[in-house]
This record gives sequence, C-alpha cells and structure tokens, in this order.
Amino acid sequence: MTTASSSVTGQVAANAAEPDLARPTRKVPGGAGSRSAWYRRLTPYLFLLVPIGLLLLLTYTPVINMFWYSVTDWDGLDKTKNFIGLDNYVEVFTDPDNLRVFYVSLFYIVGSLVQMALALYFATILSFKVRFKNMWKGILFFPYLINGVAIGLIFLNFLKPGGGLDTVLLNTGLESLIHQWTGDPDVANYSLAAVSVWRYTGLTFVMFLGAIQSINSEIYEAAALDGANRWHEFWSIILPSIRPIVGLAFILGISGSLSVFEIPFVMTNGANGTETFVIRTVWMAFQRNMVGLASAMAVVLLLFVLLVTWLQRKLVPEEEVDLT
Amino acid sequence: MFPQKRRTRLMAMAAATSILALTAACSGGASGDEDEAADDGTPSGSITVLTWRTDRVEDGTFDKYVEEFKAKYPEVTDVKVEGVKDYEGTIKTRMNTDEYGDVLAIPGSVTPDQLPDFFEPLGDQAEMEKEYRWINDKSFEGKTYGIPVVGNVQGVLYNKRVWEEAGVTEFPTTPQEYLDDLQAIKDKGIAVAPLYTNYKDSWALSQWDGWRGAVTANPDAINEMTQSDTPWTDDSDYGATDGTLYDAVAQGLTEADPTTTDWEGSKRMIGVGEIATMQLGSWAIPQMAAAAEAAGADPEDIGYMPIPVQVDGKFHAVAGGDYNLGINVNSKNKATARAWIDWFNHESGYSEAEVGLSPMIDGAVPAALASFMEDVELITMNPAPEGKESLFADIDTASGIVTTDPKYRLQIIDDARSGARTKEQIFDDLNAKWAEGRADAGA
Repeated sequence: MTTASSSVTGQVAANAAEPDLARPTRKVPGGAGSRSAWYRRLTPYLFLLVPIGLLLLLTYTPVINMFWYSVTDWDGLDKTKNFIGLDNYVEVFTDPDNLRVFYVSLFYIVGSLVQMALALYFATILSFKVRFKNMWKGILFFPYLINGVAIGLIFLNFLKPGGGLDTVLLNTGLESLIHQWTGDPDVANYSLAAVSVWRYTGLTFVMFLGAIQSINSEIYEAAALDGANRWHEFWSIILPSIRPIVGLAFILGISGSLSVFEIPFVMTNGANGTETFVIRTVWMAFQRNMVGLASAMAVVLLLFVLLVTWLQRKLVPEEEVDLT
Repeated sequence: MFPQKRRTRLMAMAAATSILALTAACSGGASGDEDEAADDGTPSGSITVLTWRTDRVEDGTFDKYVEEFKAKYPEVTDVKVEGVKDYEGTIKTRMNTDEYGDVLAIPGSVTPDQLPDFFEPLGDQAEMEKEYRWINDKSFEGKTYGIPVVGNVQGVLYNKRVWEEAGVTEFPTTPQEYLDDLQAIKDKGIAVAPLYTNYKDSWALSQWDGWRGAVTANPDAINEMTQSDTPWTDDSDYGATDGTLYDAVAQGLTEADPTTTDWEGSKRMIGVGEIATMQLGSWAIPQMAAAAEAAGADPEDIGYMPIPVQVDGKFHAVAGGDYNLGINVNSKNKATARAWIDWFNHESGYSEAEVGLSPMIDGAVPAALASFMEDVELITMNPAPEGKESLFADIDTASGIVTTDPKYRLQIIDDARSGARTKEQIFDDLNAKWAEGRADAGA
C-alpha cells in the first residue's frame, strides 16, 4: 500500500527526506488531493478484487458446497437435499469396495519411489560432464509435456496384445515374458503404475537436477582435493544438499498416488481391479448418482493429502542445508 | 472531488461486474432474447433443442429437420440444435440450472418422482396411450412427461454368414444351445471371437439388459424384482442374462483380452466376419450394416436374432422407447417446443431413417426388422405400480449393485476370466446385496 503510493508520488517527493516519502500528497490542501491519495491507496485492492473474486467463486464456493453435500443424501438432481450427518463418511470407510481402492494406491506409491530413484540417478549422472547433456535432459523431460490422455492412448496401443511391447519381446526372443499387460488382473496395476512412472519421472528429474546444479562448485573441488570419488560426492554432497527437494518429491508422490486418475481412466476405465480412489469417486457421483457419498470421498481425499503434507513437515523439517 | 469519488466507485463496479459477467457466462446460454412466444399457442420465436445424436448434427440431418419444421411453421425464427457429447452426465449437471434447452431427451437418471420438477407435463397418460407407445417410464401420477423418438427391439446381433458356415441354421432356443453354437463357431475357427463383449466401452454391457423380460416372457419382471430377495437364480431374468455372460466368458467364447476391445473397430470386425455375435439393441443394425459395406463385406450378412430363450415354444423380444423427448419446465416457449416434439414424431421420418419402430401405435415397421418381428412376440414392460415408481431405482442404488451401470457386469467378466468367484458365488453376493438394498430402501 505504501509502496504503491510512494511510487506514484515518487517524482514529487524526489527531494523529500526519506520518512516523508509517502506523505507529500496528504499535505496538499483541498479535498481533491486527499481523495486522490485515498483512491490511490485503494488501487492495489481493486486489482486484487478480480483474482480473489474468481478464486472465491471458482474454488472456495465449490469446496464449501462439497462439504455441505458430503453430509446429505443428494443424488445430483433432486431439489431437496436431506441432511444425514456423518453416514456418508461411515460408508466410505466400511464398504469393502471403497477400501479396495486404497490397496490399488499402494502400486502407485511403490511406483513413485521407483520414479524418485530413477530421477535421482539420471539427475546425478547428468549433473556431471556428459556428452549431449541437453539432449538427454530433453528426452527425459519430454514425456511430462504430453497430455495425460494422449499418454493413456499411446500406451493402450503399445501394451495391447500384439502391440508394440509384444512385438519387441517377440523379436528379441523373450516371448515367454509376454502377458496381457492390462488384461491380466495380476499384472494390470503394475503396467499402469509403470506408465505413471514413465510420465512423471521427467518432472522429478528436473526438480532434482535444478537442486543439484545450485550446489556451489567449490564444494566439489574441495572434496576432490580431499580425494573423494563420485560415490562420495553423491553420498556426502549431493544427497544432503537436495534433501528438502527429495522430501517435496516424496510428498508429491504420495498425494499423486492417492489421486491417480487420467491414465487408469483412459486405459482401463478402472475395470479389471484397477479402480483408483478418484475413479471410484467419479463413478459414485455420476453413475451411481450418489453425489453426497462422492463428496464425502473427495473430502476424505483432501484430508489425507493434508495429513501426509503435515506429517512430512513434522518428520523432515525444512532446516537450512549446511555443508561446511 | 465528486468526479474522483465516482471514478472509484466506477472502478469497483467494473471489477464487480466483471465477476458477475463471468458468473453469468457460466449459467447463461441456452435461451436467447426473442424466445417469448405468442400466448395464443401458435409456434413462433426460437427454441433450443438438445440432442444426444451428435453424429446426426454433424452430418447435417438435423439441419434438414429444422428447415422442414420452419417451412411448416413460418413464424418460428430459429431452432438451435445442440448436440451434446456424454449426454447423460452433461445434461444432469445442467439440469441444476434453469437453462437446459426447451426440448431435450429426458436423462435416464431422472427418477419418475423427479419428472414434475424438471419437465412440463405433455398430457394425461390415459389419453396419450391411445396414440403413443412406451410412455410408461416417463409418466408419473397419470401425467406423461416424455415421448420416445424411436422404439428399439432387443435381440442379438450376429453375422449370418459366419453362423451358417459353422453349421448353425436354427436360432438357439436355450442359453445352453446358444453357448454350444458359439462353441461350434469357435471350433470352426474365427479371427477374433464368437461373442465380442466390448468390455472396454463398458456401456455395451448394459445392452444385455435386453434379456430382461424376454427370458421369462413376463412384462412385470422388473416390478417383481422389487419384491424378491433373490432375483439372481438360474431361471430368473437377471440370472439367465448374467449367467450366460459368465459362462460364455468362462468357456473362452469371448475375446482373449477384454480390456483392449475397440467399439469402432468392432463394427468392421462383425461386418467382415471376424466377430460372429454381439449383444446389441436393434438400433445398432444400420451402423453395423454401414460398417460392413464400408469394409467391402455384404451388409446383408448382418442379421438380428431373438434372445435365445423360449417360453411356451415362442421367442419373445422386449420393445421399448429410446430416449424420450420432454419440455423444460422453465422453457419460455413451450408452445413451439411442443410443436417440435409432435412434428418430430409424426412428420420427421426419424424413426424409419434410424431403422427403429415408430413411437406411434399405428407406425410402420422398417424393412430391416420385418422378418425379426415375425419370429418373436413383442413385450412391452409394464410400468411400476402407483406409489412405487422409484422403488426399483432406490433399491438398485442402495444395494450398491447399480444394475443400470455396466460396472457389476465388468466384475462378472473379471471373475469369469480369473475364476475368482464361481457363478453361484456371484449370484449369492448379488442376492445378498439386493436384499440389503431392499431393506435400506424400505421395500
């Protein structure tokens, strides 16, 4: 507020003493001047009004409505919504079909750990001197730029019987490994989690790489003088330096695993034992017409993600990294 | 001084208006400004028609309808036809506002007791039944809220050539014979599968509902289900349907990997004989014949056979309306909307063009269905008894099975493939859930 007013009046006040910077216009006698100052101080708020208004309208109102729906038996259409207390929440945690989706999430959580390991591996290698470094970076990051639905369709064709993967296995003499990648219920979740890993490794990789590149090169030099090899550099310099980012990637991984949607929705539509929490929520709201119960599930997901974030901040405090 | 103050206010207002404008943009739309019709009931002004047939909007069929309609009612200035993808889901959400067009097809998820909240009554049911068929489902307390645009009969779509080459010349009369015939086709050798489930496009599994009523030749099959704690038995409508599906999958008569089925591709495959059979309503016949022709096969190969169950030595087929057209209760131009519905049923020729039965009692039977109609006795399902219009839907939802949704059939296919549950176990589970649903819904 004061910054805005001082920048506007900056020229008038150019020679004024520092503490007076924001005040000259107020000293001008006459109503017009004081009105002007009042109006100018209001300006930033007026600009804020639009984004905040949109935020209230498009984010907070629906969320508050969702909380309200979650304690009703609304079917998405009825003119009346009956209050039924916490029944929906009880149902979320007692219906075995609702609980099974958490089991499916485990596949993606394991997947996200694999994804972090891969990303860390590539980020470390590419932080050293490597030929065609930028090309490798581009290749690794590229999958993240593709739309999730497109990825689903690509892999649908790649994994279908007689598709790309089967052809490769056949030509390399590994036909004994051929499965129905999405058709076999024992394999389907692994396939889908692997597609998820393929998609998101690039993002995690870039996060890690950025953190690694911000490490002061003098530290490597000092370590080299002390006779450290690459492994020592990784273990004693790189990993401790990027710990906060690893923590962040972990949180994103967990909350992402709980809310997986696009890839399984496009590839199997949640059939064959691949139903995730969000797919079930959508089904509940729009096919079973139980918007109340679906809202309760959405609230539960929100609380889960908040809880995981809170836990992470407790367990991995954001301390200053100190390598000296 | 004063102007300054005003400017501030103006800015605040401008900001506020921009938000309002955005809000309005979300809810506005369907109704134009010149909607008001003359009160004397002459169709005039403009209306908006929502349709699920996006394909018919794109290929210009609806433009032709609109032109003809306007020729008949010159005072009508405009008919906006909006093709809606994912019709059920989109329209249901839009029905939370007042702006869901003037004429629209009533979504399946609207329960009968909700009809008066959203749709204009079109007339007394008793009166309208003299002229129209299949208006039961969309009637409530003696008033009718929607008229179907076309009627479908329910049977099994098959490739005549493939069935004949496998030595099957008679229609199967029991589910067991049906399975044996499919096995014979498999033994003869077929590229994809004797029976294609279209598992990936799961809605196709809802088409098995065409067996309901035909199995027991009982027009009250659905209503009686609300009185039973065990609707899944070997001879019941649902039991025969889901049991046959289970057996066909368990015996390997369906595609090897159901998760990668392809609806668009399946049209060509049945046309050229890579698939022998699909469970689809009669509405699918013209699509399959067109695909067969496009693939260089003979469209005459596409045949339609009755559900493989006989009662008293006769096949039965359930006939019913497709989507029913209704009028938005908030419409400002109901007279024109009504004129559109009447014109569409009487004069547009839509039902014949789509190879369906006319919704009118004395309507013509299209040539493609004529021989099928001779083989079967038609059944029209009876409406729910008064006061119990929503009972089936209530039990269905409360039980968690949701028979209107293909999900439980997907599970049946999964279990049939993996052997995780036997048919008996599946029936027991479904019956237990249904009984629970009945208790919850207070049946």
